[in-house]
Amino acid sequence: MKKIVILGAGTGGTIMANKLRKVLSRDQWEITIVDKDKTHYYQPGFLFIPFGIYNKNDVIKPKSDFLPPGVQVIYNGIDKIEPNNTQVLLEGGQVLQYDYLIVATGTDISPEETPGLKDGSLWRKEIFDFYTLDGAVALREFFRDWEGGRLVVNIAELPFKCPVAPLEFSFLADAYFTEAGIREKVDITFVTPLSGAFTKPKASRMLGDLLEEKNIRVVPDFYLESVDNEKKVIRSYDEQEIPFDVLTIVPVNTGSSLVERSDMGDDLNFIPTDKYTLQSKNHENIFVLGDASDIPTSKAGSVVHFASEVVYENLLSAIENRPLKAQFDGHSNCYIETGYGNGSIIDFNYDTEPLPGTFPLPGVGPFGLLQNTKMNHYGKVLFRWIYWHILLKGKEMPIESQMTMAGKKS
Amino acid sequence: MAQKTLAGKNLEVTDEGYLQDFNQWNEDIAREIAREEGIELGDEHFQVLNFLREKYQEGANLTIRKVGKSGITDIKGFYKLFPGGPLKKASKIAGIPKPTSCV
Repeated sequence: MKKIVILGAGTGGTIMANKLRKVLSRDQWEITIVDKDKTHYYQPGFLFIPFGIYNKNDVIKPKSDFLPPGVQVIYNGIDKIEPNNTQVLLEGGQVLQYDYLIVATGTDISPEETPGLKDGSLWRKEIFDFYTLDGAVALREFFRDWEGGRLVVNIAELPFKCPVAPLEFSFLADAYFTEAGIREKVDITFVTPLSGAFTKPKASRMLGDLLEEKNIRVVPDFYLESVDNEKKVIRSYDEQEIPFDVLTIVPVNTGSSLVERSDMGDDLNFIPTDKYTLQSKNHENIFVLGDASDIPTSKAGSVVHFASEVVYENLLSAIENRPLKAQFDGHSNCYIETGYGNGSIIDFNYDTEPLPGTFPLPGVGPFGLLQNTKMNHYGKVLFRWIYWHILLKGKEMPIESQMTMAGKKS
Repeated sequence: MAQKTLAGKNLEVTDEGYLQDFNQWNEDIAREIAREEGIELGDEHFQVLNFLREKYQEGANLTIRKVGKSGITDIKGFYKLFPGGPLKKASKIAGIPKPTSCV
């Protein structure tokens, strides 16, 4: 019996388990997936919780609903990978041998990397993250009674998961406080280590204009050193200070600590990965899917979904000793909530920045790339259904995994 | 694309002044670019520049954090050596491409 082990049963791991179980014979291949958590989180939904649009129950389902029969599921912490012995050690001592390993352990926030963030007195009182369910729910409670003041939205470090989320958060906050009738009492400041609203020039301009339109101040090139809980300021390495009454932060993102224990990661615990084949650079029989890798594209569910096609094809090629022909292009596709029932959408890859146009059908849409429309917002709302019912199960989606220039205007 | 004369050499640079070919770099070129940025280079600067060139050749993603963990200086020190945008400025002076922040 040959063995495939998948570490992590999030978006990537779940898709791979579904895709592989369909094609690999049960007599020859045993597939095992390991995750410490029994709950699957719909992470794109966390963003809506602070504004009361979604609640906790909208974003959680049991993982077991999405994993196919014939796959061995182990809910257990992972101690480390021993790539040279082709085995994984679980917490508690169980050992899993593998022929092929898929690492899909994602990225998580590490607020402890920034002095004064988690270890200060204001954490989850006046300082919040919205990348965890607990953080998003705590922020919801805070916003309910808040009467206004300085809201600072800060990104601590690059890369981070879902790069448009803090922008969406700012847009939604503008709409939320306007509807609550206290917008004139709320000063919103968007503080980023980037040189503008976003990285890619055309999208940065479009999103920068939207921020300005909504009276959200942008402070670029701010690299967070520490949070001063007494003075209530965030401080950069070049000693700029920005005061806040409530701080919403995207803390430093790192890969799983198991990567560090396995001595397989870079300085942020992301695994060096061939950006085209998605094979680990150091170990032929290991593929890295999604946020756990160091490939230079967004850490986002859409990327994981597109990349899963490539891992799937290349893993099957590797099994048959054929060359790895599938090449990932870095394709990323993000809906951007802009408030008041509108949304935008961007579609890009390693080589092409987000461009205006229509998506997915050239000239037709229904979605407008880099435009601010109601239809784009409906797309985001519908996506939650698509995610639970189609995407996780590894079924065909009407979107190609390779980015296309059709419908884009350069 | 643009042409620029640095340390007596005619070089191809980007519109923002980053060298096109990192092999054409030498320490005199570095000093001249640094002067334009208002920085006089010392030993510690060169240690950082060489670290960046080495990591760039290895294909690593360059970050301010990585320089902070290099053992040459910490992040605060890096800001003091190259005030303003340390990674952007140091990359320019080191003759490597402008860092792309991937998000």
